[in-house]
Amino acid sequence: MSQEAHAGAHGQIHAPPQGFVRKWIFSLDHKVIGLQYFLLALVAVFLGIALSVLMRYHLAYPAEKIPLFGTTLTPELYLSLVTMHGTIMVFMVLTTAPQGGFGNYFLPIQIGAADMAFPVINMLSFWVTFVSFVVLVSAFFVEGGAPLGGWTGYAPLSALGQIVGPGQGMGMNLWIISIAIFCVASLMGALNFITTTIDLRTPGMTFMRMPLTVWAWFITAILGLLAFGVLLAAGVLLLLDRVGGTSFFIPGGLVVTDKAITDHAGGSPLLWQHLFWFFGHPEVYIAVLPGMGVVSHVLSTFARKPVFGYRAMVYAMSGIGVLGFCVWGHHMFQSGMSPYTAFAFSILTMAIGIPSAIKTFNWLGTLWDSQIRFTAAMFFALGFVSLFVSGGLSGLFLAQPAVDLPLHDTYFVVAHFHLIMGVAAIFGIFAATYFWFPKMFGRHMSEGLGKIHFILTFIGVNAIFFPMHWMGLWGQPRRYSTSDSPFTFLADMTPLHKFITIFAIITAAAQLIFLWNFLWSIWRGKKAEMNPWQATTLEWTVPSPPPHDNFEGEVRRIYRGPYEFAVPGEAEDFVPQHVALRPAVKS
Amino acid sequence: MPGSIVLDEVELKDGGGGLPPAPPGAGGDPLRPRQPQREIPQSIYLTAIALALGTILMFFMALVSAFIVRKGLGGDWQPIELPRILWLTTAVLLASSFTIERARHWLKLGSSLGFTRWWSLTTVLGMAFLLGQLQAWRELRAAGVYLATNPSSSFFYLLTAAHGLHVLGGILVLLYVAVRGVQPRPGRHIQPGTAAEVAAVYWHFMDALWVFLFLLLHFGR
Repeated sequence: MSQEAHAGAHGQIHAPPQGFVRKWIFSLDHKVIGLQYFLLALVAVFLGIALSVLMRYHLAYPAEKIPLFGTTLTPELYLSLVTMHGTIMVFMVLTTAPQGGFGNYFLPIQIGAADMAFPVINMLSFWVTFVSFVVLVSAFFVEGGAPLGGWTGYAPLSALGQIVGPGQGMGMNLWIISIAIFCVASLMGALNFITTTIDLRTPGMTFMRMPLTVWAWFITAILGLLAFGVLLAAGVLLLLDRVGGTSFFIPGGLVVTDKAITDHAGGSPLLWQHLFWFFGHPEVYIAVLPGMGVVSHVLSTFARKPVFGYRAMVYAMSGIGVLGFCVWGHHMFQSGMSPYTAFAFSILTMAIGIPSAIKTFNWLGTLWDSQIRFTAAMFFALGFVSLFVSGGLSGLFLAQPAVDLPLHDTYFVVAHFHLIMGVAAIFGIFAATYFWFPKMFGRHMSEGLGKIHFILTFIGVNAIFFPMHWMGLWGQPRRYSTSDSPFTFLADMTPLHKFITIFAIITAAAQLIFLWNFLWSIWRGKKAEMNPWQATTLEWTVPSPPPHDNFEGEVRRIYRGPYEFAVPGEAEDFVPQHVALRPAVKS
Repeated sequence: MPGSIVLDEVELKDGGGGLPPAPPGAGGDPLRPRQPQREIPQSIYLTAIALALGTILMFFMALVSAFIVRKGLGGDWQPIELPRILWLTTAVLLASSFTIERARHWLKLGSSLGFTRWWSLTTVLGMAFLLGQLQAWRELRAAGVYLATNPSSSFFYLLTAAHGLHVLGGILVLLYVAVRGVQPRPGRHIQPGTAAEVAAVYWHFMDALWVFLFLLLHFGR
């Protein structure tokens, strides 16, 4: 806690930085830290996409060498790609970009603060995340390669070491250490987000006047604060099983590759599952809640209407957050749990459909009878709503134990969680990027390229993931590296696999359009003014990009809710939050 | 613009949503008074420590639930003989919660000497607690009880180590507060009273957590 050393006499959180290193590398400025998180996620997402393209190519053409890669994939290599794709995407992309990236950049500005409450902890949280990413990726390069157990690291395979597979030795150790480091970083970030939201709101910024983005980041941070500590504990136990000789997760009587495991006994693999999913399910909402906030924000701005049912949106997000901690068992219907327990988890899981439906209803209510401005950000926000519905509906199937048992670990599940958690959250990130790019860099991204990017991506992800529902119903298991012999019942799947792979490659290529648009626009994009979207929240009342302490020492007093569009009697169709109210007109 | 002051009081009570009454005499222009930046409130430190304790609690409750589940599996769980020195270390840690409050009492009264004495005593008691815990480990090892001996001993070492590391962090915080001194420093942000309060909240929590863990290990071993 040394950030007070930087406090200026006037209550500035810290002085403007001098020199390249303090300004761009070890920066205390929440905006720079937000950009660092975003860039980390950008690197990570292209790595994750590359891994998925390798897997898709192998699934469609298992006998052929992969172009540019040079070889075919062994089953072990395929599994390590599965693991790293999932881990990188969930932790390094979906957890960092929406929260650490945009949350860091815009939460303080949107509530009228000069910075986060603890700038040094904020800087540390990014650099610790960075270390975690480096440790994770280094698993590729150690003896045996990356781990095979999937992003869920199920015991006992994750607890036993090299004997169960090439990547389960050093690679698995690095995986656990990386996740543990990531937990620490996320906890520091969550602490900052919550404290800042509670204590540093500008006068007049009541909780019910906060933009829904701030609500989403706030609730997400609370989920992170409660969930990552549990994952850290689980990681410690797992590491002790591996290096300390304990038996928390390893049962007795195991025989692995014809060798009996004799030095461990009595542990419970299900204990790992409980601890992991107690974290893992809230993690799903950590990934998608910020997207919900952004989408509400963007829909309202470009529909030129207030968010329909602002309070209901806040309560729905809170409800999703609370219920998110009560449903981890639905990942374990297959584990032999009591049907009564499964029933309770099932009911609670389906209850999440209620706040989710409220949100969808309110998004549609916001759009209803509006004159939509079709920007690239708006396209992605609309795409989010579409994906949230199509991905969410299959959740109602999987929430029922009787339906889940045959569908467990099939492509139906792969389709479900990719649509709802992966792609929807990514669409939220894209909406945020196109929406806030002018504020972050002072220039516009190309709207034309953005729309092409949207159309290709939206068609692409549906072409990839919709057929997977049918494959799952047919019985295609996930994580199998091949669908030909000896699994003859899957041979009919090959044409669909090829179809999906073609669209996966197209969709991946479409992301290069985004990358080009992003990088080109930073330096060459059309200049952006202060408030190009005619939006109402505080970040649009400061220059683009914002100065070091956001408001140059001013206090922005807040008089209004965040979404005052089309207010009757006003000259313009939007009224920013800091504009004082007119005197009442007596008639 | 005098109207804004009235408006403030009205709107801070207002939960948002509805429009508060309009200010008398204020125009429709954006009201952007130039004021110095607000002071960062001391409350951020208290909020942060409450949140940090929340996540620490989740961490330990995850371990404790693992303890309960693992014990419930039965079979290989063998009770271990807890070293008697743990009663002493528990008493030492409880005493330190008392001394840290004495230190804060003197700080409030403005006595630098009284604060320093009691604060140092607290730090010493904290270190004594850790040495006692290490002694307990040594006794267990001498009795042939190691981390991997059986699940009961695994949890004993794990919980005492995790708690001990947190106490070590607490001792570092105590030293930091002592080194910073009791003088309020302009420009510096956290004030001595707040720093002492944050440290004390954390310290009491570690104390209560240890009592809980000790009872768990004692009755649940």
